[in-house]
Amino acid sequence: MNGTGILKGLGVTLKHFIQTYVDDIRYGGRKYLGMENFEVRQGLKAQGAFTVQYPDEKIAVPERFRFVPFLVVNEDDHPDAPGKDWCTSCGICAKVCPPQCIWIVRSEDPVTKRPVPEPEAFFIDIDICMNCGYCAEFCPFDAIKMDHDYELADFDRTGTHIHDKPKLSKPYEYYYNIAPTTAAEEAQARGGWEHPDVIKAKKKSGEPVMEQPWFMLRAEDPEARARAEAERAAKAAAAAESTVSEADIAAERQARRAEALARHRAWAAKKN
Amino acid sequence: MTDQAIMPVPTEALDTQGAIDWLKDKYPEAVQDDTRQGYGGVVVDRSQLTKIAHAIRDDLGYDYLSSATAVDYLGISDHIEMVYHAYRTAGGPPLVFKAQTPRENAEIPSVVSVWPGADFQEREAYDLFGIQFSGHPNLKRILLWEGFDGHPMRKDWQEAYYEEEHKPFESRWPKGWVRRAEELNVFGKNVRYPADLDLSRLTDVSEDSLYKGMGLGVDVQEIVQEGEHIKTDRLIVNMGPHHPSTHGVFRMIAELDGETIEALEPVMGYLHRNHEKIGERNAWLMNIPFTDRLDYISSMGNNMGYVQAVEKLLAQGARYTPPTYRAEVIRVLMVELTRIVNHLWAIGFLLNDLGAFFTPALYAIAEREKVLDFFEATAGSRMMCNYMRFQGVAKDLPERIHSTAVTVNDKVRDYNTMEFLTELINERLPRSIDELDHFLTESEIIKTRAMGVGILPPEMAIAYSAAGPLLRASNVPYDVRRAEPYSIYPELDFDVCVRPNGDVYDRYLIRLDEMRESVRILKQVLQRLEATHGEDIFSGNKAIYMPRVPVGESYGRVENPKGELGFYCVSEGDPKGPQNPWRYHVRAPSFINLTPLGVMCKGHKVADVVVILGSIDIVLGETDR
Repeated sequence: MNGTGILKGLGVTLKHFIQTYVDDIRYGGRKYLGMENFEVRQGLKAQGAFTVQYPDEKIAVPERFRFVPFLVVNEDDHPDAPGKDWCTSCGICAKVCPPQCIWIVRSEDPVTKRPVPEPEAFFIDIDICMNCGYCAEFCPFDAIKMDHDYELADFDRTGTHIHDKPKLSKPYEYYYNIAPTTAAEEAQARGGWEHPDVIKAKKKSGEPVMEQPWFMLRAEDPEARARAEAERAAKAAAAAESTVSEADIAAERQARRAEALARHRAWAAKKN
Repeated sequence: MTDQAIMPVPTEALDTQGAIDWLKDKYPEAVQDDTRQGYGGVVVDRSQLTKIAHAIRDDLGYDYLSSATAVDYLGISDHIEMVYHAYRTAGGPPLVFKAQTPRENAEIPSVVSVWPGADFQEREAYDLFGIQFSGHPNLKRILLWEGFDGHPMRKDWQEAYYEEEHKPFESRWPKGWVRRAEELNVFGKNVRYPADLDLSRLTDVSEDSLYKGMGLGVDVQEIVQEGEHIKTDRLIVNMGPHHPSTHGVFRMIAELDGETIEALEPVMGYLHRNHEKIGERNAWLMNIPFTDRLDYISSMGNNMGYVQAVEKLLAQGARYTPPTYRAEVIRVLMVELTRIVNHLWAIGFLLNDLGAFFTPALYAIAEREKVLDFFEATAGSRMMCNYMRFQGVAKDLPERIHSTAVTVNDKVRDYNTMEFLTELINERLPRSIDELDHFLTESEIIKTRAMGVGILPPEMAIAYSAAGPLLRASNVPYDVRRAEPYSIYPELDFDVCVRPNGDVYDRYLIRLDEMRESVRILKQVLQRLEATHGEDIFSGNKAIYMPRVPVGESYGRVENPKGELGFYCVSEGDPKGPQNPWRYHVRAPSFINLTPLGVMCKGHKVADVVVILGSIDIVLGETDR
């Protein structure tokens, strides 16, 4: 009979419509509250409408999610080398980067002019970055990792979208928090929770490697925590005293960029 | 049986080597073996190309021209060469033949008269390489506009913002001369026009040539035809490029007689970014994330095609080890999930085109969401997966699909991956496919709009090199997974779907069929995933980021959801120099499937054009490349 097909189809629509309310009743209005309900509502058991009320609620991204790289550095209160870059400026990330959005200035010893294994400057143009994750995948030192913060909307791309080293650097603690499973796997592959070079040196000298990442040790050891807090307080006091303002920092960044640009122009002019 | 012995061997039964010998025997002067290291097939004298092409199609039975593309060997042998891959629809390996021409005044006879499917591909070669195809009925630029200067795929052509021949660029490390591209290269400096182009009449010139190509070349205002009953005007209607029904920036020029389509021509290239030139600048590995951006609905399939093409080349080297069994299992898992995702999307948006706004589309992509959750947890991204690597995959499946709260209001989920997959494949997906079937298939509106519309007869589908669901809905049971099996498909139990009528309705039905077959494959893959748990997902040294690829050519093709996706790669790298493809060509199903669009639309109404286009299922990222 003509029209039965349409009616059958409309039945499906009706089913979806009713299911939405069945779900609401099942959770007694708590559908939008609590993590457990969220997991069901956004899982395979979900029926009816399962929209997410962004930005009042957001689906947290999985551990392997990749979005714009950042550089792993030691925590500021790290006992061995506070704030030290994990990056050795070996340049593999810059070489493997498909859109070539990474620029690294390798440090040089001012006297001998020999390369020093740490970056003097590090730039990532996030307008060019295609979030492929190769830099993190091929970094032999686990020093560059993909971030999870995808909310990067901005009013002006020209001044802010080339991330420099201060902006890129994030403590290991941050990395561990966004990707604990992956971080643990990598630490196992490295043979410890520290930078691979540190682990190698420690094993050579017989010094014990850290059993846990520093921020965990710190949390467990009240003495270390007190020391760290004192250090942080001292640093904050120094920062409060210092006359360096946000604007100064921005100006300094701008100057560094201008310098790099001038260098590039000179190089390009020489090449042509 | 004795009778058979004295009968002449039917040439269709010849294998590839037999076919080549037959050709050399018949045309001893015009056909030579391609003896270059790492190359295969034959080189055909270009003056006899059309004749030999006829023989290849009619006598040898290679009726399906998969790919026709050009390579510029500047600095190696200083000629341009067209490479053709012809297949039999009965299955089996290709017959590769090539025609060479000098770079100056490059000219090669067109094979459009033999395989109409070469139409767009030859226009592309003309556009990007500047080869004149004598005998081509409508030779004009296809991806670039009329006012473009030069032919960008030639090796001596340099793009705007040109920096160096090959990546990685010198300026990135160790000196890090950071800059934004436009700081060096202010807008405008790189735009060049051909000397004979009259800039003031730019639009006129380009439009005129378009209309001329349709066999019109007429003043629209003057044509008034006396119809039998109603006096109808002929007019030209431009649909797109900014039209929601075209699935992107795509334009169709239709010549109408009243409401009926007399002729229709697709105009594309609005999203063209010269993917292939970028691919030649890139190193081999760098191209994998770029393939994601082709058909962005099914990026896993694109990865698979490219990775297989390069693995064929790598296999000629000494250090190559094939991907492990688990890697192949994971690849097939990803690819088949992608197929379901793509077909859900295609059906949803076909219904959009039919006027059922967004209810079917949203029901379909709600299921897609679940698959993307899995992709995101495994590969790190929902659409731009970048998951496959040469000799394996990037990472094993995670134990748990586990998220962590980072930003404000983040809500966390945590599932066991295998349980999630099992439930998804065994319950959720089959149920929703059935529901979609129940929802749409019987609907009288859909039947009325889709049955008998846009018919593509089987012989025409083959001639026009249609691929994928478009070909199989036209009663041609051709599926690369069976015709030239790859990965673990030979050991999997599934059927090649086929539908008899070749209309829009059959193209809808075949997508449902294929999703069901995919679920069937996935169920078998699940068992293999469990059996191989914990095994390696990569063979060889995973830390190699600049693989050395032996010299040679390869054509890797996979059955992508939209049709046959092929990658033609040429490696000329010297072992010490930069490691990048000499040629990287994408045989894009979305692009070639548009060749018969005009034929399919003829005689239908404007509203049907939208549906026919929707039933081909194109993605402009792949069409325009």
